[in-house]
Amino acid sequence: MSQKQHVTLTVNGVKRSLEVEPRQLLVHALRDDLGLTGTHVGCDTSQCGACTVLLNGEAVKSCTTLTVQADGAEVTTVEGLGDMNDLHPVQEGFWEKHGLQCGFCTPGVMMTAVGLLKHNPNPTEEEIREGLEGVICRCTGYQNIVRAVQYAAQKTSQQGTAVEVAAAGSGSEE
Amino acid sequence: MASVFGSTLKRREDPRLITGNGQYSEDIQLPGMLYASVLRSPHAHARIVNINTDAAKALEGVVAVYTGKDLEGKIGTVPTAWLPPDSNIQTPPHEVLAVNKVRYVGDGVALVVAENRYVARDAVDLIQVTYAPLPAVAEQEQAIADGAPILHDGVENNVAFHWQAGNATDDVFENAEVIVKQRFRQQRLIPNPMEPRAATAQYNPATGEMTLWATSQNPHIHRFLLSGILGIPENKLRIVSVDVGGGFGAKIACYPDEAMVAYAARDLKRPVKWVEDRRENFLVTSHGRDMVLDVEFAGTKDGDFTAIRVKNIANMGAYLSTAGPGVPTILFGLIVPGAYKIPYAAVDVYGVFTNTTPTDAYRGAGRPEATYLLERMVDLFAAEIGKDPVEVRRRNLIQSHEFPYNTAMGLEYDSGNYEVALDKALAMVGYEELRQKQQELRSQGRHLGIGVTTYVEICGLGPSQVAGAVGFQGGLWESATVRVHPTGKVTVFTGASPHGQGEETTFAQIVSQRLGVPFEDIEVVHGDTNRIAMGWGTYGSRTTPVGGNAIAVAVDKVLEKAKKIAAHMLEVSEEDVRFEDGKYSVEGAPTRSVTIQEVTLQAYLAWNLPQGVEPALEGTAFYDPVNFVYPFGTHICVVEVDEETGDIDLVKYVAVDDCGRVINPMVAEGQVHGGIVQGIGQALWEGAVYDEQAQLLTGTFMDYAMPKARFFKEFETAFTETPAPQNPLGVKGIGETGTIASTPTVVNAVMDALRPFGVKDINMPLTPERVWNAIEKGRQEA
Repeated sequence: MSQKQHVTLTVNGVKRSLEVEPRQLLVHALRDDLGLTGTHVGCDTSQCGACTVLLNGEAVKSCTTLTVQADGAEVTTVEGLGDMNDLHPVQEGFWEKHGLQCGFCTPGVMMTAVGLLKHNPNPTEEEIREGLEGVICRCTGYQNIVRAVQYAAQKTSQQGTAVEVAAAGSGSEE
Repeated sequence: MASVFGSTLKRREDPRLITGNGQYSEDIQLPGMLYASVLRSPHAHARIVNINTDAAKALEGVVAVYTGKDLEGKIGTVPTAWLPPDSNIQTPPHEVLAVNKVRYVGDGVALVVAENRYVARDAVDLIQVTYAPLPAVAEQEQAIADGAPILHDGVENNVAFHWQAGNATDDVFENAEVIVKQRFRQQRLIPNPMEPRAATAQYNPATGEMTLWATSQNPHIHRFLLSGILGIPENKLRIVSVDVGGGFGAKIACYPDEAMVAYAARDLKRPVKWVEDRRENFLVTSHGRDMVLDVEFAGTKDGDFTAIRVKNIANMGAYLSTAGPGVPTILFGLIVPGAYKIPYAAVDVYGVFTNTTPTDAYRGAGRPEATYLLERMVDLFAAEIGKDPVEVRRRNLIQSHEFPYNTAMGLEYDSGNYEVALDKALAMVGYEELRQKQQELRSQGRHLGIGVTTYVEICGLGPSQVAGAVGFQGGLWESATVRVHPTGKVTVFTGASPHGQGEETTFAQIVSQRLGVPFEDIEVVHGDTNRIAMGWGTYGSRTTPVGGNAIAVAVDKVLEKAKKIAAHMLEVSEEDVRFEDGKYSVEGAPTRSVTIQEVTLQAYLAWNLPQGVEPALEGTAFYDPVNFVYPFGTHICVVEVDEETGDIDLVKYVAVDDCGRVINPMVAEGQVHGGIVQGIGQALWEGAVYDEQAQLLTGTFMDYAMPKARFFKEFETAFTETPAPQNPLGVKGIGETGTIASTPTVVNAVMDALRPFGVKDINMPLTPERVWNAIEKGRQEA
C-alpha cells in the first residue's frame, strides 16, 4: 500500500480533511469515508453516470476521479442539492414527472441534469436527450427524465434565477 | 371523497431517493465491517489443478481466504427451484465455489475477505491458480451435438431437460392450405439493473441470528433457500431488501455470492460486505433469453390461423439457475397461441448446458420470446397470403364475448377487449394514412415500415395449485397485513417486494380508497423478512394482481371487524350500519356516525367491545388467486430505414395497453415506457456475444449496447380498461407488457420497410450492418 495523502475537500459546503491512498476513487471517499451514500457506483468503465457529482460546479463521474485530484475542490453530491424543505428544481422535476423508478441512477442523472442546465438553461427535448448521453437508466425509458429536466428548466426560468446549487451548510470547518 | 384509486399521485418512494436518503444494500455501513471479493475463473471450462493462496493470505489487511475445498461439507450447494414435470430434469450440483472444475468464465474459485475493498481486490490478484483448460462450448446447438464437451458428469449431450406441451400433429400441417416456417434466434441478453448485486451480512454469535442485506426481488425466497445452504433456521435468518436498484429478473435467483458472504460473516464473527462490480455483473448475474426457435405456422388462404408448432432449444448456461428451467418451458410454451384463436398448438423444448453464464428470468421471461415468434409469424403469414397484417390479426383475435376463453395450451384467458385496443392504436398512429404515405415514399426510394403487435400476456403469477402442477418449488400466493394503529394511522405489510415499480404509492392508494383513510396516513412496508410474515416477491407482473389483492382482502377483514364495533358504538345492529368514505353511519339517520379512526381507538381501548370481539384492529390475508391475469394491447411502430447505411430511424411509437383497472396512471405509464425501451433494446442494439472459447466479449457497457436517451423520440401511450373479472380490484399486471410487445413491433416494422428488397427476417439485434447486408443480399437475389 502506498503512503496516504492528505486531502482537503469542501463537500456540500462543509470543509473535510481526509487521509487517503493516492489510488482511492472520489466516490469511495464520499461513500465510505464521509458516509454520503446517495452517490452510487453502477459500472467500472465510466459509462453509466450513477456516480456523477459536481466538482467545482461541473458534472464529473466520481468513479473515474481520484480523491487526490479533488484536493482543494468543492464537491456537491445529491445530499447537498436540496432537501425536502428546499428541493432543487431538478429534484422537484424528478418527483413531479416520475423521472425515477428504482432510484439508483437518479442522483447521478440529477447531477448530470444540473450540469446540463447550467450550460444550457433552456434546452430542447433533443438537447436534453443528447445531454443525457453520459448516463444510463434501465427503468424509466428516459421519457419522464426528459420531462423532469424540462420541468426544472421551466421552473428555473420562471423563478428568474440561475440554476445554481444551494450548497448545504454554511461552509464552516468540520 | 375524490377517488384515490385511479388518480395520478406523486410517488411515496421519491423523497428519500431524490435526496440521497435511500438505503440500498451497499449503503449499509457497520462497525468492524470487512469487504469480500471473489476470484473468478478466466476459463470457460477447466480443471482446477492447484490453488495457492499463500501470497494473498500474507498481504496486510487480509483476514481470510476461502477456496472451494475449504468450504466443502460446510456449506450447501445452490439449488434449482423450478423443476418442470415430466422433463427428466438434471440438476447437477452448483457449488458456491468450484472445487474440481470451473464451467464458465466467472465461476467462483476463491473468496477473499479483507479490511477494505482495495486490499480485498489486491489479494484476489495474488491468488495463484493452475488450471488445465478443457474444450468449451457456448452455443446450445453445438452443445447437444455429438462430440461436444460435456459439462456435468452423467448429463448426456448436455441436455438438462426436455419438456413438451400441447398438441399439433403432423397431419394438421400436411392438410394445411398455407404453411410458413421460420427459424428465429432470441439472442442472449444481459439484464443490467443499474444497481449491481450486493450483500452485507451481520452475524450475532451469541444469538445465532444472521442478518443479510441483499439485492433481492424476493427476500422470503432467499431466506428459504439460503436457510438450506447455510444451515441457519429461518427464524434466525433475516433478509432485508428495502431499496433495490432494479431487478428485471436478475435479482430473483439465489447466487453463491450472497451465501458465501453470510458464511464468512459467521465464520469470522464480523460483518462482511460484498459488492459486485459491473464486470462481475455481466459475467455472473443471470442472463436472459438465448433460444433457438424453429416455428411452423399453418393457416388458410383466407387468413385463418390453424396451428402453430415450435421447437425451442434453450441455452441454460453452466448451471440451472433458480427459476431458469421455468422460463423456456412454462412461461414460454403456454402463451404461444397469443391473442388468437388457434385450434392447435404445441411446443417441444430442450434446455441445454453450455459454458456460459446461467440464464434465468429477464423482464417478460418466456413471454417476450413466445410473443416475438408469434407476431413475426403472423406478419410472414400475412405476406404469404397477400393480406394486410392488421386485417389478418383482426380476423383471428379472440372476441370480447368469447371470454373466458380456453386456449389450445390449456389456459383460460380471463377477459379481453382486443379489438378496442387495436382500433385505438390504429387511430392514434393514423394507420390508413401511413400505408398511403409508405407507398408514396417507396416511389421516392424511401423506406417507411409499419409494425404491429396485438399481444396478450400471462402474468400475475399465480395460483399456487398451478405453480405446483408446473414444478415451481414454492407457492405463488401473497400475504398482506393491514394494521390500523390506535390513532388511525395505517401500516401495510406486503410480501411482494417492489424495487422501483412504485407500490409503496399504489398500495397506499388501494388502502386509502378501500379503508377511507387519508393516503398520507398509510405506510407500506416491504422487503424485510422480520417485519413481514411471508411473501413470494416481485416478478411475473404479480405484485399488483396478487400482492395488491391480498391487501384488498386484508382491508376487508379490518372493515368486517370495525363494522361490528361501529354498530356497537352506534347502538344499532350491524345490518343497519353502512360504510362510506371512512365513516360508519346509521341507515336512514346519516348524522349518527362514527369514523374509522374513532372505531379504531375504541378497538384498542377495549373498554366496551361487543361480545366475542377481540381488541385491536388489523387484518391479515394470505391471498391465492384463482387464475392468472391476462393483460393485452396493441403496439405500433413506424420506422424509416436508410438503404445506404442500414440505419433505422424510430419515427413513431404508439402503445395501447390494457392492464384492467389502473391504480395510478402516471406510475403505469412509467412501467410501459421502461418496458418499451428495454424491448427495443433487444430489437435493435443489445446482445451478449461469446467467442469460440466461450469468452464473453460484451462484458462492459463499452461493449454491450444499452439504450440511451438520445436513441428515442417521445412515445405515445394510452390505456383501455377492461376490469379483471377474477380478483377484487379488477387489476392485471403492467410491468412486462412493454418488453413483451415492443420487440416484435419494431422488428415487424423494419421487415415491413425492407419488403421491397425481399428481406423476410434478420436476426436480432438489427444493427445497421445486419440490415445493410440483408438489403444487399436481397438486391443480389432479385
